[in-house]
Amino acid sequence: MSKNKLIDLNNITVSFDGETILDNLSLSIEDGEFVTLLGASGCGKTTTLRIIAGFIEPDSGDVFFDGKRINGVPPYRRHVNTIFQRYALFPNYNVYDNVAFGLRVSKVPENEIKERVMEMLELVGLKGYDKRKVDKLSGGQQQRVAIARAVVNRPKVLLLDEPLAALDYKLRKDMQSELKRIQRQLGITFIFVTHDQEEALSMSDKIVVMNGGKIQQIGTPTDIYNEPVNAFVADFIGESNIVDGVMLGDYRVKIDGREFKCLDTGFGKYEPVDVVIRPEDVDIVPLDSEKAMLTGEVTSVTFKGVHYEIIIDVCGFKWLIQTTDISYVGEKVGVYIEPDAIHIMKKSEYSGTFGDYSSFSDDMDPEGEDGESSEEGDE
Amino acid sequence: MNKAVAEKKSFAGVITNAPYFLWAAIFIVVPLFVVVYYAFTDDTGAFTWGNITDLGDYADTFLISVLYSVIATVITLVIAYPFAYFLSKCKASSQKIQMMLVMLPMWMSLLIRTYSLTQLIESNGIINSIITSWGLEPLEMINTPGAVIMGMVYNYLPYMILPIYTAISKIHPSLLEAAEDLGCNGFNKIRRLVMPMSMPGVVSGIIMVFVPSVSTFYISQKLGGTIRLVGDVIETQMKNSKYHIGASMSLVLMVFILISLAIMNKFSDDDGGMIV
Repeated sequence: MSKNKLIDLNNITVSFDGETILDNLSLSIEDGEFVTLLGASGCGKTTTLRIIAGFIEPDSGDVFFDGKRINGVPPYRRHVNTIFQRYALFPNYNVYDNVAFGLRVSKVPENEIKERVMEMLELVGLKGYDKRKVDKLSGGQQQRVAIARAVVNRPKVLLLDEPLAALDYKLRKDMQSELKRIQRQLGITFIFVTHDQEEALSMSDKIVVMNGGKIQQIGTPTDIYNEPVNAFVADFIGESNIVDGVMLGDYRVKIDGREFKCLDTGFGKYEPVDVVIRPEDVDIVPLDSEKAMLTGEVTSVTFKGVHYEIIIDVCGFKWLIQTTDISYVGEKVGVYIEPDAIHIMKKSEYSGTFGDYSSFSDDMDPEGEDGESSEEGDE
Repeated sequence: MNKAVAEKKSFAGVITNAPYFLWAAIFIVVPLFVVVYYAFTDDTGAFTWGNITDLGDYADTFLISVLYSVIATVITLVIAYPFAYFLSKCKASSQKIQMMLVMLPMWMSLLIRTYSLTQLIESNGIINSIITSWGLEPLEMINTPGAVIMGMVYNYLPYMILPIYTAISKIHPSLLEAAEDLGCNGFNKIRRLVMPMSMPGVVSGIIMVFVPSVSTFYISQKLGGTIRLVGDVIETQMKNSKYHIGASMSLVLMVFILISLAIMNKFSDDDGGMIV
């Protein structure tokens, strides 16, 4: 994996009908990376992808590809290929002709086309499907045709716009590892757009978390999960309890009137901060245990398969805890948190908007798949 | 219980379908049999091939009818396709208005439309009076093959635009983007994607223009002077009570159209949405 910059977006701003979609966004992508643009619908992730593909021209800012400025270069002259959200396969062609489409346009000799198409169909696991009509294929198979149709042109970058959104859960899991395998095998750069944080965490080399047309954080999946920069990222990537705290000095933070040890330094004395604690890092202990740092009452218990999701009311703040040990509603319990489970963040515009589970319910997931239409409508 | 419901349902089905079947029987099947009967009998009612073999005399008429209709259909297609394509690229609001304008003439009778065309191109019609007022020689437009073909193009153009426009606007924008993404410039996009995908519309349009053109009589009568097409001849025969020869001509024309449609259907490999 070489480490030279392949795509460079500099100070990109885009607005439609007076509404700012991308706000002075800058992003570099290296050759061979699997980069994921992650965010809820309307955050500007698809717009960013379409700027790289050439379907949208930025109002201001520069797009560099391989060191050359490509503003104004039409999509058909760019060395990128896209996998569209609903695949956009050509219904009038069969599988073979769909995959061969790009090669025919660029006038590759027919015998070479045949070789490359067949090779590609084998790569995506569709050997023997070449004569099928595309509308007779299942969702997963159509997805594979879309991948083959894009990759057969040997693009330097493959752009994937929520390619797995239309597939059911199990198939999506399969396709995730499939895509990862194809990316490793071909060694080309993937830029993947999704609103699914789990998908982003499991596939990416680098995640770009976006909200409101701005990049919130760029980092490896572990960085993003363990060291979120603000309450938005902490909440978007996985579940998190975000509580108000005050730094008492290095390695010391006060939460709910009690002092906790932590691993964070460099904050001002008595600086108000956001404290992130992941639900799986909180232990429930007996009330009278000396490990009990906070005490509260269990208000809800939900069985989730691998664990229980338990809500504990501690002085009015509802903590979400994931544990394999059952507790019962109404029980008074103690809570224990390890120092390395505590992550301190500076206060931001998002402080106070996330991280309390008082209105928690299973369907409060804010980034449903059907919400995507608003972003599509922007074009 | 279930059986009773099912029977009731099918009985309701029969009742609701009955008017259509009755209509089809009285106005489609019976007249067809009458045409076939007259085509193969003489004045005494005896079977004969004579009416069909006599049609040899009208070979020229058939040829001219087909020739004019083919030319008119081709011209219509050449005008309609780019029009429909650019129409589908317009803003949604302006598409509606433009489509209305295309349909507007169809709200008037074909007779009136054709008649108004004669006013335009008559020897001392509107166009010629303008030309002569500039001091130029008047043009001989009416009573020429060109006038007949123009009449066909003018009258049937909307029938070509409509299905092509529908077919093109049904192409999802993401397909066009996909084509562009795969290296198609504007021209290639039309050639490799829009054209093949709009073929069913083109075939429908061709049928809807060619069929009425080849069997028209009014357009040729009003604009063609002495030019006589199959439709004119059939009309004359019927008027003069020569039902047998008229019926045989109708039958041959019908068979010819059916064969043409079958060939057209072969060309469009789309397996749905076709007329006929």
